[in-house]
Amino acid sequence: MAVGTGSGWDRPGRLVALPVDHPLRTVQRGGKGGLLEVPARPAQASQSGAVPAVEATAGGVIPSSVRPISDPDAPQILTEILGAAQIGRVIDRIAHQILERNGELPVVLLGIPTRGVHLARRLGERLTAFTDRPTPVGSLDITLYRDDLRRRPPRALEETRIPAGGVDDAIVVLVDDVLYSGRTIRAALDALRDQGRPAVVQLAVLVDRGHRQLPIRADYVGKNIPTAFGDDVAVRLIEIDGTDSVELARAVPTRDTITGPTGERTP
Amino acid sequence: MTTIQDVPRPVRPAAAARPVAPTLPRHLLSAGDLSRAGAELILDTAERIDQAIAGREVRKLPTLRGRTVVNLFFEDSTRTRISFELAAKRLSADVINFSAKGSSVSKGESLKDTAWTLQAMGADAVVCRHSASGAPQQLSAWVDGHVVNAGDGTHEHPTQALLDAFTLRRHLGALDGRRIVVVGDVLHSRVARSNVLLLSTLGARVTLVAPPTLVPVGVDAWPADVSYDLDAALTGADAVMMLRVQRERMSGSFFPTAREYSRGYGLDERRRALLLPHSIVMHPGPMNRGMEITPGVADGANSVIVEQVANGVTVRMAVLYLLLSGEMNGGM
Repeated sequence: MAVGTGSGWDRPGRLVALPVDHPLRTVQRGGKGGLLEVPARPAQASQSGAVPAVEATAGGVIPSSVRPISDPDAPQILTEILGAAQIGRVIDRIAHQILERNGELPVVLLGIPTRGVHLARRLGERLTAFTDRPTPVGSLDITLYRDDLRRRPPRALEETRIPAGGVDDAIVVLVDDVLYSGRTIRAALDALRDQGRPAVVQLAVLVDRGHRQLPIRADYVGKNIPTAFGDDVAVRLIEIDGTDSVELARAVPTRDTITGPTGERTP
Repeated sequence: MTTIQDVPRPVRPAAAARPVAPTLPRHLLSAGDLSRAGAELILDTAERIDQAIAGREVRKLPTLRGRTVVNLFFEDSTRTRISFELAAKRLSADVINFSAKGSSVSKGESLKDTAWTLQAMGADAVVCRHSASGAPQQLSAWVDGHVVNAGDGTHEHPTQALLDAFTLRRHLGALDGRRIVVVGDVLHSRVARSNVLLLSTLGARVTLVAPPTLVPVGVDAWPADVSYDLDAALTGADAVMMLRVQRERMSGSFFPTAREYSRGYGLDERRRALLLPHSIVMHPGPMNRGMEITPGVADGANSVIVEQVANGVTVRMAVLYLLLSGEMNGGM
């Protein structure tokens, strides 16, 4: 598991250089200061010592002296997690998993706008190819069911299109791009309940980036990406963005990237 | 040590992921306050809401749960009040109906005192109809909630114009360059004023047709053409909107007899034939059948009068949703 720069800050068990006068410091005369596993503690403490503190990260070593203080344009480290070919394979795999799990029972795919709709359509094409029978694909806009409508400027509504057969007694697979707080899926479940009574509801996501705020779990996950709050997962699809990719933008760690404002859901 | 402050806490993002770009005014008082983008946002939202609840058994959305909408009607109304009430209820808001009859207004309470009463009760939105032009505007200065003008005197009726534009868009597509004829009592009609402002904002060409006595002063400043010849105006028009002859607002005699008005400015089968095959016939209701419109045309093939009423609920849902969401972010 690649622990990113943002996530290591307050976790126990990480490697830090201790100040010279620290009581836990190993006695090592003439050396540069040994690295030692210590319990987590406030980030500032590591900067107070005479020896420059370094942070062990997956991407390299960042001296604490260059850490920016809370800055909206903070530098980000971009990493491509999935490319076009990999996204294609992930969708094939999820399609097979859906078949494996549900057998010959037909499923209805409902994408959550905007990117979930395109993912649902692609999944539907694969399912149709694998089973030789058409898979109903629709879209379900959840804006009117969100729990933060009072806190945000009004949003434009997206298309809701329920396949002709409806969702009553069907196996419905909700499809979204990124699973994060779980609030979108909570809203989707409410929206779905108003459309009818499915026999089973399952969830397929391209990326699960963790940090759930509700007890919600995906049945089919394309890729698990451990992230920090300051990170951003950008899913790009050809239909909207002109390219297929999943990119992780790691915020260079500051205190704000741990407790500060972050995106709840990638646009 | 990991203290409580160190535990990562999810915090709401400062910037919304998908904010709606066009801004709407805080109160919907006049169709003229809406920019083209703002008007299109309302119409698109109405389209989506219609899509979201189409064919459903439960035609209700949880969007405005716990919000209060007050219908403040100082003037008689059937469809507008019911339409607003239904729109608010379909969005799960609590609705309080207030009509001048049977309230303290009949004991002589002023508009301002009534407004303060509503303010004290915490109304999130006030839908106001009043016989005095400008009453909702006054009201908006006295209450914290959002004021929606549901018709004020002979001034404006913006949600009617929005539902007319919604109906027109459904049948004609984009309104750019479409020719819409508005016929009848333009002088007393708030529907005509709001429609002229909104439809011209949306790119349509509006022609007003009325007897000279029912054309208001200063009409040359409106973004519309004026004609006295209905037959000529109807030829090749994309839609015709008949206005009700508002007997209750007429103190003098504006035309000799109802029959003469009907001959000159009523819509009958012969005149409907002058329209294009795709053209639609509209009426904001209530209709004076046999006066401005014959029953045959009102119930005929191209008539969308009943559909207008249905669309009214959807459009008012869109207006309430857009005005009342995002309040904690500083309003709109």
